[in-house]
Amino acid sequence: MGRRPLDSKPEIILNLLRVEGVSSHSMSIPLLEVAAGECVCLSGPSGAGKSLLLRAIADLDAHEGKVWLGEREAREFAPREWRRQVGLLPAESQWWYERVGAHFTAVDEAQWQVLGFGRETLDWQVARCSTGERQRLALLRLLANKPRVLLLDEPTAALDPASVQRVEAMIAAYREEQQAAVLWVSHDPAQMQRVATRQIRIVAGRLEGAV
Amino acid sequence: MSVIALSPFDLSLAALLVLLLAGLSWRLQLAMERKLLVAALRTTIQLMLIGLVLKVLFDHAEWWWVSLMALVMLAVAGREVMARQQRRFSGWRGYGVGTSAMFVSSFTVTLLALIVVIGNDPWYTPQYAIPLLGMVLGNTMNGIALGMDRLTSGAWQQRAVIEARLLLGQGAMEAVSDLRREAMRVGMIPMINSMAAAGIVSLPGMMTGQILAGTPPLEAVKYQILVMFLITAGTGFGTMVAVWRGARCLFDERDRLRLERLASA
Repeated sequence: MGRRPLDSKPEIILNLLRVEGVSSHSMSIPLLEVAAGECVCLSGPSGAGKSLLLRAIADLDAHEGKVWLGEREAREFAPREWRRQVGLLPAESQWWYERVGAHFTAVDEAQWQVLGFGRETLDWQVARCSTGERQRLALLRLLANKPRVLLLDEPTAALDPASVQRVEAMIAAYREEQQAAVLWVSHDPAQMQRVATRQIRIVAGRLEGAV
Repeated sequence: MSVIALSPFDLSLAALLVLLLAGLSWRLQLAMERKLLVAALRTTIQLMLIGLVLKVLFDHAEWWWVSLMALVMLAVAGREVMARQQRRFSGWRGYGVGTSAMFVSSFTVTLLALIVVIGNDPWYTPQYAIPLLGMVLGNTMNGIALGMDRLTSGAWQQRAVIEARLLLGQGAMEAVSDLRREAMRVGMIPMINSMAAAGIVSLPGMMTGQILAGTPPLEAVKYQILVMFLITAGTGFGTMVAVWRGARCLFDERDRLRLERLASA
């Protein structure tokens, strides 16, 4: 895939993820940009089209409009390459093998420890993990792909306060280190205050006044 | 050696048994008597008709008549595959995927048997071609119908998992790899079972028929083995092709899962 030397083209960094006239079903977004290292929080009533927007950006739903990563449009990437770089974390995590470890090809032990897991977690049965454990593991599984964009759909919905804090810190660290662009769907105003560099609202499929 | 011809009276005796069963079903309120009688009637009419068709076909053993018959059989089998699926592809895919897979596997296998193995002159002699194709096609149809049904209903149920795998950067075929394997297995199990049970639990119909017609048992057995192998190959390859093409049809060119292509029956 070959990552572009970002330092030679600063304008790419400023416009890492660009969503142009994207619409599917009842959701329609004329323009949305998330720069490298930025964390944009997306809120709005349920059914407003937040998840639809994330799915369209990850190219999981057929949609109108264009999505750019740097200076390349989504269509210029192979589908699997696009989804590796633009990583979407769904609200509900899915597991298809019996053991946790079978879902991972690489393990960053430092990261795992931050979220309260260790090597032994690889042997755990998915069926015996709690919803919160699965949600945290799903985040680790996504980060293992080293995506340049993170699309997070309520990543802390099922977590206790201590875990929420650790997940927020981990995402912030990842954003900082990788200069990743983050689009974060949240329902919690306090959380948005903590993590967002910018906040936007989506109501009835339309963007409302960016804060 | 010739077969003892059955008179209409002989058949009515057997029919009496079915009537008796229907009467008992009515008495026990099984509510099966109507279905039973309709099915019995259909069997009688359909088999009489095919008997007439085969008689005409055997009298005019031209390759185009044989081909036409083969195509009609394929078309009906294609419809049957579609009808047996709970969630089937809508539009041309619904008919096309199963039918083309059946065509590729059954026709190739049958042609191979007729030309290379049996080596009749001419190779399309309908006494051989039609029954062989019928047996291969009938079993391939079962395998493909089972496999496709598992594939489409599985994709419907496992939508979230398939999409999660896509989101982690797996390709379309990789995201349904487990489902594909399972669907192929489901399609192939019946014929493996029937091979394993042949001769011990069940005496296959074709062999029984040949023996009734006076063929020496060992000759009949050899033909039965040939047919079993043909059926196995036809069903196996057919199921693989159908499941593989079907899996591809679940996705579009951007590897998005397109379940709206499935319609529920």
